[in-house]
Amino acid sequence: MGSGILTALVFFPLLGALFVLMLSDERATWNSAFIFSLVPLAISFYLFAAFNPGEAGYQFVEQYPWIPQFGISYHLGIDGISLVLAVLTTVLISLSLLYSGGGDITERPREFCFFVLVLETGLLGALLSVDVFLFYVFWEIMLIPMYFMIGIWGHGRKIYAAIKFVLFTMVGSLLMLVAIIYLVIAAKHAFGRVSFDLPLLYEVPLSETEARWMFAAFALAFAIKVPMWPVHTWLPDAHTEAPTAGSVILAGVMLKMGTYGFLRFAIPIFPAVAVEAVPLFLALAVVGIIYGALVAMNQPDLKRLIAYSSVSHLGFVMLGIFALNPQGIDGAIYQMLNHGISTGALFLLIGMLYLRRHTREISEFGGLWKSVPIYASIFMFAMLSSGGLPGLNGFVGEFLIMAGTYLRSWQAAAFAVTGVILGALYLLWTYERVMFGPITHAVNSTIKDLTAREISVMVPLLVLMLFMGLYPAPIMSRIEPSVEKMLEPVRIEQVRMEKRRQAQIASAHSANNKPSLTLETASAK
Amino acid sequence: MNPFNLAAINFAWLPILPLIAVAVGAIAVLLTGVRLEDDESEGLGWLSLAALGVAFFLALGLVGQTGVSFAGSLAVDGFSAFFELVILIAAAFAIMMSLDYAGESGLPGAEYYSLLLFSTLGMMLMASAGDLIVIFLGLETMSIAVYVLAGLRRKDPRSNEAAIKYFLLGAFSTGFLLYGIALVYGATGSVKLEAIHAALSGQTLSNPLLLLGLGMMLVGFGFKVAAVPFHMWTPDVYEGAPTPVTAFMAVGVKLGAFAGFARIFLVSLVPVSGNWSSALWVVAALTMTTGNVIAVVQTNIKRMLAYSAIAHAGYILVGMVAASPEAGASVLYYLLGYAFTNLGAFAIVVALERRGVAGDMIADYRGLSTRAPALAGAMALFLLSLAGIPPLAGFMGKFYIFNAALRQGYTDLVIIAVLNSVIASYYYISVIVAMYMQEGGADTAKMSRKPALVAAIGLAAIATVLIGIYPAPYMTAASNAFNSALGESAMRAAALDQ
Repeated sequence: MGSGILTALVFFPLLGALFVLMLSDERATWNSAFIFSLVPLAISFYLFAAFNPGEAGYQFVEQYPWIPQFGISYHLGIDGISLVLAVLTTVLISLSLLYSGGGDITERPREFCFFVLVLETGLLGALLSVDVFLFYVFWEIMLIPMYFMIGIWGHGRKIYAAIKFVLFTMVGSLLMLVAIIYLVIAAKHAFGRVSFDLPLLYEVPLSETEARWMFAAFALAFAIKVPMWPVHTWLPDAHTEAPTAGSVILAGVMLKMGTYGFLRFAIPIFPAVAVEAVPLFLALAVVGIIYGALVAMNQPDLKRLIAYSSVSHLGFVMLGIFALNPQGIDGAIYQMLNHGISTGALFLLIGMLYLRRHTREISEFGGLWKSVPIYASIFMFAMLSSGGLPGLNGFVGEFLIMAGTYLRSWQAAAFAVTGVILGALYLLWTYERVMFGPITHAVNSTIKDLTAREISVMVPLLVLMLFMGLYPAPIMSRIEPSVEKMLEPVRIEQVRMEKRRQAQIASAHSANNKPSLTLETASAK
Repeated sequence: MNPFNLAAINFAWLPILPLIAVAVGAIAVLLTGVRLEDDESEGLGWLSLAALGVAFFLALGLVGQTGVSFAGSLAVDGFSAFFELVILIAAAFAIMMSLDYAGESGLPGAEYYSLLLFSTLGMMLMASAGDLIVIFLGLETMSIAVYVLAGLRRKDPRSNEAAIKYFLLGAFSTGFLLYGIALVYGATGSVKLEAIHAALSGQTLSNPLLLLGLGMMLVGFGFKVAAVPFHMWTPDVYEGAPTPVTAFMAVGVKLGAFAGFARIFLVSLVPVSGNWSSALWVVAALTMTTGNVIAVVQTNIKRMLAYSAIAHAGYILVGMVAASPEAGASVLYYLLGYAFTNLGAFAIVVALERRGVAGDMIADYRGLSTRAPALAGAMALFLLSLAGIPPLAGFMGKFYIFNAALRQGYTDLVIIAVLNSVIASYYYISVIVAMYMQEGGADTAKMSRKPALVAAIGLAAIATVLIGIYPAPYMTAASNAFNSALGESAMRAAALDQ
């Protein structure tokens, strides 16, 4: 059943990957890879338009049995959360290919296009899977092309970075696989049938200890991918050594798989543990925000700076998610998109600069405003979007996250605000050092401004920044119902926990034979 | 599944028809081979392939038949058919790899191909054994042929060392196995697998004689499947033996040994699984960890694959520990995927290691992706499958085994196994690093592009992908095969459990 449109979305890039493998001409390779990436882009736009915002559940569902022995099915579906991330993926992949064909990647273009397109299939597949096993397969598939991209087309210590990336991710995801199987066995005991179907797994009754361990396994896998402090150490290496397109896709989409995993799996499957774990995750998120910002401030390398700023921004996303209320999570998802667009744009801009100067050291630049005005203005735009200037996209997400966090814990919100300030600080300071002042290195006065191709890569991102900053409604209206639905089990747990707390207070009071005034005030809240 | 009617033949002879075909083929190769020079041996290879093909069709004809023959010495069931087919495929792959290699390396063709076939015969005998004596006969037929094969490069000291080491340690382990068989016979009063199962079914208290016998047999099989601490011979023998023989050992010998191992322990000795599963638990954990950790530091690809084979034996042992019908099926499915993946990887080693050009160091693989992209791509595929990356065969096998073990409550062992998979991904990926991200390496101009070898690589790659992305029919085949060995009553119990 199903229209097959999601299958087309997921597997068209793979088809393109196999096609480019047969080409030998370099130009033809780039062109056909780009054209192949435009088809999923068009499909995702169509889905965005055709998506029914009033419906919280999965739409365009397709389901066929795959491995009936284990109740595993090829089950694809799209809801508000995966829809917006799928659009982000197709946009960034197309732009990365357009950019990389313009001179950034000169070696082995055929393999490069192959890996980018396989990666697109992995990313979209993971986003659209409703079957946990299918999700796991795509989750692992996307690891391999990224590994090749860093290892082959990277810079400096690329092999170290690539292997570190794989090993970190593997540790988390294999433990998650154990938890998935364990969960399915628990489901079999509860419902009498084996199934990896996500909606069924949401309902599995688990003992408290089991749930805690499994949540830990899921959370570890996703936290590594996000990456949350303190398991973030692979990220700066991977980002710094990766080719520009690799960084764009890594930061823009792949990291979002971690936060998406929390929203889709870790929290709704184990709502009780998630509610318990809120203080821990808020604390880790805040540490990540401040730590990322402080380290970013001290980076001499532009790309490493943006990499650490990603740690900080993803900390905001995690903060919003673990606020566990609609504002926080809506904001977190919006911020996932923002981060993809603005950090993607910044990585592209740094890549363009690197192509011209073959260095990313901040101290090598200064006064670029005079020699490359178009570049400098676009950089300014992307940076302000990243910093959360009202009117641009970053502000909407940050505001919602802070509002949601405040409702959950004003302490966390207070600490997180310092991260916003630090963020503005390091971005503006970097901009000042790179763009303003006198030209200290003579070579900087002769570098060329952006080419038409490079401008055409940047313009869609700038339009999105402005559009999402001024008119968030079309995106928000699609996210909100799905978030509400996702939060239902969490709410039940929150109410249960609140009741238990009150019962404890009440019993404590009755033991002291005092009138339970506090109980009334608590329930009045 | 039944291409022609074999029911007309007296049933007693029916199960050994594929064995006869292989034996006749081996003798024919030997007889025709005496007249040929060593470098004209290619025709013998084709003759051997033909014999294997005939045996394959005969074995295919046995699919779905059940029963015993020769007074219960041979069992005909799905289990034997499954293993016989996979073993025949593995042997055929080994021969396809050898066609060019054997002549080039000056191996004596007649002896080489006939020994390969005799060894195959032994493996098939183990797979279809109905009593312990036939298992022992099969094991010896397989092993003695392989001892000689390992030392067939007479002028290479490494090959000599391999043969001596393998033979001495192998003889020891066979002694253990035989002693174990004798003790089990003493404890149960029979060598027939069904009778042993029946005798043990009522037993609750542990008989010291039986325990000792079980321990001895574990040692014997542990040696054959290269489980730690009986693995010491593996790297040296794998490195020293001619590479197609190494492939045959890593896949065929393992298939045969696990066929016997599973048939005895997962079928006959299941009633007393409490007595051996904890010992096997330790062996499994040690095997995985030792194999993977030592593989990390290897610089020779054959040694690396040897340690990887040890590690994979460890994963399979996880399935043996679980000792449920599902676990048995998972072991069979794992072996199927493992066979194709490993054969493919070794076929690539054969392709590179030629005409005196050293090609068996990992450093020789540097830059292979630019010089031979298709070959490097296939190698990457096999390595990723061995590392357990979905959706390839290796991943599905691991998933199946882990699932079975978790269902029996072995969560800790499965966690050890997945952490091992992380270590394993490191050394598999190191070869990919060499192929894709480094420069230099061996000259591929002299590489073999013999159609049979290329076909072996291609078929292995297709199988590795296919068994992974469309696993359902193979999983069904594996579980049917294992359930048929368990018998009708166990099948009903398994159906209830599913």
